[in-house]
Amino acid sequence: MSAPTPLVLLESVAMVFGQGETAVRALSDVTLAVGPGEVVGLRGPSGSGKSTLLNIIACIQEPSAGRLSLDGQTVWEGRYRVADLRRLRRERIGFIFQFHNLLPFLNARDNVALAMTLAGMGLEAARGRAMALLGELQVDRRALAMPARLSGGEAQRVAIARALANDPHIILADEPTAALDSERARVVMDLLRRVARERSSAVLVVTHDEKIFDRFDRMVSLRDGRIEADQRAGA
Amino acid sequence: MNLALADIRHGLGRFLLTCLGVGLLMGVALSMVGIYQGLVREALALTRSLDAGLWVVEAGTRGPFAEASRIPGDVREMVARLPGVAAAGSLTLRTAEADGPTGRLRVQVVGYEPGRPGGPALLTQGRGLGSARFEAVADARTGLTLGATLMFGTDRYRVVGLTRGMVASGGDPVVFVGLRDSQRMQFRLAPAAARRAEAAGAPPAGTDTVNAIVAQLYPGADAAALTEAVRRWKHLTALSGPEQEDLLTRSVVQRARIQLGMFTVVLLFVSGVIIALIIYTMTMDKRREIATLKLIGAPDSTIAGLVLQQAMLLGGLGYAAAVALVFSVRDHFPRAVELGVAEISVMAGVIAAICLLASLLSIRTALRVDAQQALGG
Repeated sequence: MSAPTPLVLLESVAMVFGQGETAVRALSDVTLAVGPGEVVGLRGPSGSGKSTLLNIIACIQEPSAGRLSLDGQTVWEGRYRVADLRRLRRERIGFIFQFHNLLPFLNARDNVALAMTLAGMGLEAARGRAMALLGELQVDRRALAMPARLSGGEAQRVAIARALANDPHIILADEPTAALDSERARVVMDLLRRVARERSSAVLVVTHDEKIFDRFDRMVSLRDGRIEADQRAGA
Repeated sequence: MNLALADIRHGLGRFLLTCLGVGLLMGVALSMVGIYQGLVREALALTRSLDAGLWVVEAGTRGPFAEASRIPGDVREMVARLPGVAAAGSLTLRTAEADGPTGRLRVQVVGYEPGRPGGPALLTQGRGLGSARFEAVADARTGLTLGATLMFGTDRYRVVGLTRGMVASGGDPVVFVGLRDSQRMQFRLAPAAARRAEAAGAPPAGTDTVNAIVAQLYPGADAAALTEAVRRWKHLTALSGPEQEDLLTRSVVQRARIQLGMFTVVLLFVSGVIIALIIYTMTMDKRREIATLKLIGAPDSTIAGLVLQQAMLLGGLGYAAAVALVFSVRDHFPRAVELGVAEISVMAGVIAAICLLASLLSIRTALRVDAQQALGG
């Protein structure tokens, strides 16, 4: 039986900022594949290239060299192959941020529904599905609360619901547990693991949070823009 | 889901206060437009009320509103006999100060012959002048009421009627008095030299002098031909009704109109800059939200719509506040603030255009917000 096609595939990706003597090499020859159902952690010291790598996978930063494929589709190979990158992000990628980034002027339900209306779903249907997602994440009783009224854990669960709204195949998370205590951080990570398993999604998480390291299937360590280690759990 | 409205609801108090501030600014601009229009209306109020087809004045002058004009009173009979003239009346005009019940008043005194052209077209209270001496019909702007007394020098006048909206081009309210009374007023206020000459035994100077003769024409009468006929008379000249109005608007109030017009343009420009800055600040405050929207895949139209709708709502609510404000205080202005449907509609269009242009810079900035800004702390 052949291995499943990776949902995220980076081949010899490099990223250089600036030119000539002032050039800074942020990533060098990074090759990485993340398959369906995998939860992969990206760690490394500050300046190691984690955020740059996440930005490239999120299609908000152009790599200097290499090839990027998402969900089996070549996105970057010298230039962007996909014309509508926002549509790609809207339909294939879910984002979870360090500080949840919920829109402060929409309640929890509408924050989740917005992602679906942007993808073309009707408002009522989107709200119905948003309620179902919030129910799955056990935060539906706070559906009509504004983000400022939510606790850190509640807000992060709403943000996860928003990330899952359009059934993305790829979920990118940037320090999703940095603002949470140990218990809530574990709850969030368990939730991401469950999502990855149930929906066969690839989950990539940038983190410094050692207390959740045991929740990853793989931990990729970056240093000076290169992959220093790529360890499977229990290896 | 309307993001612009949701964002406004979230910070409703702040948004309404901003609208109020913008409304006050627009209120000033709208008032200037109203004062500009009021200036023209007031300048023409008297001439339009007199409804004269022909103005006969001293040769070499441009009429009593533009410069001094003195002609003998008997010219009125000559004008009345011209073919095509239905009626003619003598008119004196002068600015004077009078003591009223509430203090000193500066008014435009118009002397006319009751029963002949030259009097007020419409009374809001009381009656017109009769044959009795020392009666006056005053405009409501004087603050006088029926029966009030008005002192011109040592002469006491009683107010028997009131008009509305009758003001001179300078904004002074009009007081109509009988021609003989007005001529007496002018004679008494004559230069001291004339009084000394009279005291020395010289015969009294003739007081049957008027400033202009106004004539109402029969329908179909050729005003141009009549004007030409009078211009051939020695020491006299004539202007048609439209010529008199044109003279008033182009000459007498022209500088004030240009001044107000230029000030209004400057004010609108300043308003545009301030509105642009407010919209820009509102947009910059949402930079992180805009970055998040971009990251989750919102198209440019959604982000541009958010900025544009808020700009138009700001302009619309601000303008509504401005209209309400100006209409609630305009009666307290010393000069007329004339705002009709046309002025309000045109100004609404100008404000909409300003908001649209002002939002373009913010839309450009919003569309340049990097989605990366949503990531990290």
